[in-house]
Amino acid sequence: MNPLAPRELLAPRRLRRLPLNLAALAVLATAAFPVYWMVVTAFKPTAEIQSATPAFLPLHPTLDHFSTAIHAPGFGGYWRNSLLVTLGAVLLSLAVALLAAYAVGRLRWRGRRAFLLLVFTAQMAPWEALLIPMYVIARDTDMLDSLSMLTLVYFMTTLPFTIVTLRGFLAAVPAELEEAAQVDGCTRAAAFRRITLPLLAPGLLATSLFGFITAWNEFAFANTLIIKNQDARTLPVWLSSFANVFGTDWGATMAAATLFMLPVLLVFLFLQNKVTTGMTAGAVKG
Amino acid sequence: MPTDAPPPLRTRIRPYLLIAPTLVGAAYLLLYPVARNLVISFQHFRLAELIRGGAPFVGFDNYTALLSDPKFWTVTVRTLGWTALNTALITGLGTLVALMLVRLGRRMRLAVMSALVLVWATPVIAATTVFQWLFQSRFGVVNWALDQLGLHGYHDYAWFAHSGATFTVLVLLVVWQSVPFAALTLYGGLTTIPGELYESARIDGAGAWQTFHLVTVPVLRPLFALVTSLEVIWTFKCFAQIWVVSQGGPDGATTTLPVYAFQIAQNLHKYDLGSAASTLTVLILLAALVTTLRRMHRQEGAEA
Repeated sequence: MNPLAPRELLAPRRLRRLPLNLAALAVLATAAFPVYWMVVTAFKPTAEIQSATPAFLPLHPTLDHFSTAIHAPGFGGYWRNSLLVTLGAVLLSLAVALLAAYAVGRLRWRGRRAFLLLVFTAQMAPWEALLIPMYVIARDTDMLDSLSMLTLVYFMTTLPFTIVTLRGFLAAVPAELEEAAQVDGCTRAAAFRRITLPLLAPGLLATSLFGFITAWNEFAFANTLIIKNQDARTLPVWLSSFANVFGTDWGATMAAATLFMLPVLLVFLFLQNKVTTGMTAGAVKG
Repeated sequence: MPTDAPPPLRTRIRPYLLIAPTLVGAAYLLLYPVARNLVISFQHFRLAELIRGGAPFVGFDNYTALLSDPKFWTVTVRTLGWTALNTALITGLGTLVALMLVRLGRRMRLAVMSALVLVWATPVIAATTVFQWLFQSRFGVVNWALDQLGLHGYHDYAWFAHSGATFTVLVLLVVWQSVPFAALTLYGGLTTIPGELYESARIDGAGAWQTFHLVTVPVLRPLFALVTSLEVIWTFKCFAQIWVVSQGGPDGATTTLPVYAFQIAQNLHKYDLGSAASTLTVLILLAALVTTLRRMHRQEGAEA
């Protein structure tokens, strides 16, 4: 125990910490309020939403707005599109990144540094600057209005991050384990599959969930590459046009936003601790 | 079993086989679009050329047209201001929140961090929709609160019909979304400072400000540089929020370079000018980043 400074003897600890805790409460409220307001609005009956004095709790909670959102035309299709594009991009990116991460993390070869530099550059690339050429390329190759083009774009935008993060996770698995298995007669590939891959599983999961969030939320490319075929739209584009869908029905709009956010929130809850490990594995060891 | 013989061919080409899919992907989906963007920016490429092909090369015509357009300069200056304002607010508030987090008790810290992660997890478009609702003129809670506080001018105030107000809402939205990342990253850095450093500073008689200046700042500086450069990139290229809230309006008051490039390409079918604007956007971003990073590097070198 440190000896108490005189100042600390004079003012009680709780009182001294009051300004700090008030500041913390202010930050907490500012951060949480918009999300809280979204959920509360979604549960309020329209009469309470359109009232001169807003109610800070739903007095008569209702599920009507969720029902409106779910029964909006095309809702199921947009969910399917978003899921297909996101899962396709994440799985493709994971498979390709695993190979590259192994090459970078376990093997020594000429051009390794140049390759890493390419990956880091791609990670920082302002992808939005490529909207126009991507549109032109998609048009030339007859891939406009198709989910496969969107899947490819999301694969590429998540790939650099996935390589860097997987490389971090791979570095945490001792190479000696693999070498021991090879001494015992395993081939290099078998040693990787049987020894390293199981140990890498949590890292693979965390990385893919980050990729999932990136692709799930993407708006700019989805808005540019899918124009004529409205059925091929994804959730973010659909939600962005809520005024056309729900007009001034803010309850339904907030219900749709809540439903759209739900998978991301579940992923975050699932990740919790891995959020920080994944970040450090990706950022610090990169 | 190391031997002096060179490794077999299979072993030597293995790494290149492993990175081949990445290279193919990057070639088609990154390098090719970058090259295509450059080529289009030197062509006459409008709707007719998009449909029929055969776009003729016109040299630097598109760049000359852009650079001699006063609107382009207005947009560029606005983009730099937008980036500077957002980055300053995000890193400033992020640092304050991070410093607050280390001083909080365990339970309060957990609560604040959960709220920050919640914001971080909110999808961009969901947040954008919510902010449109918060600032809605008739039933928006912000106007109600301002009215209650005595600012009756905000009763039924149409935020999205006024240029300054729309700009303000967009800044608030981007700052709200970005502070959690900055705060949590800097907090992560603060927790790596060993307690002994603070203790020895205290024993040597350093005050709170001196301790902050001599212990906290040097440890945090590299991380601060990283966060700042990431925020510069993110706010500079920010597109979705602006496009969804205002499409660059009202009266072009929230048009930044990425929005401008997209507008002239997609709405006016001037793909050539749009590509040139995109290229200039990336060049300006690079210039801004190199300057920032070099200055920070120099500061670090001077104090080391």
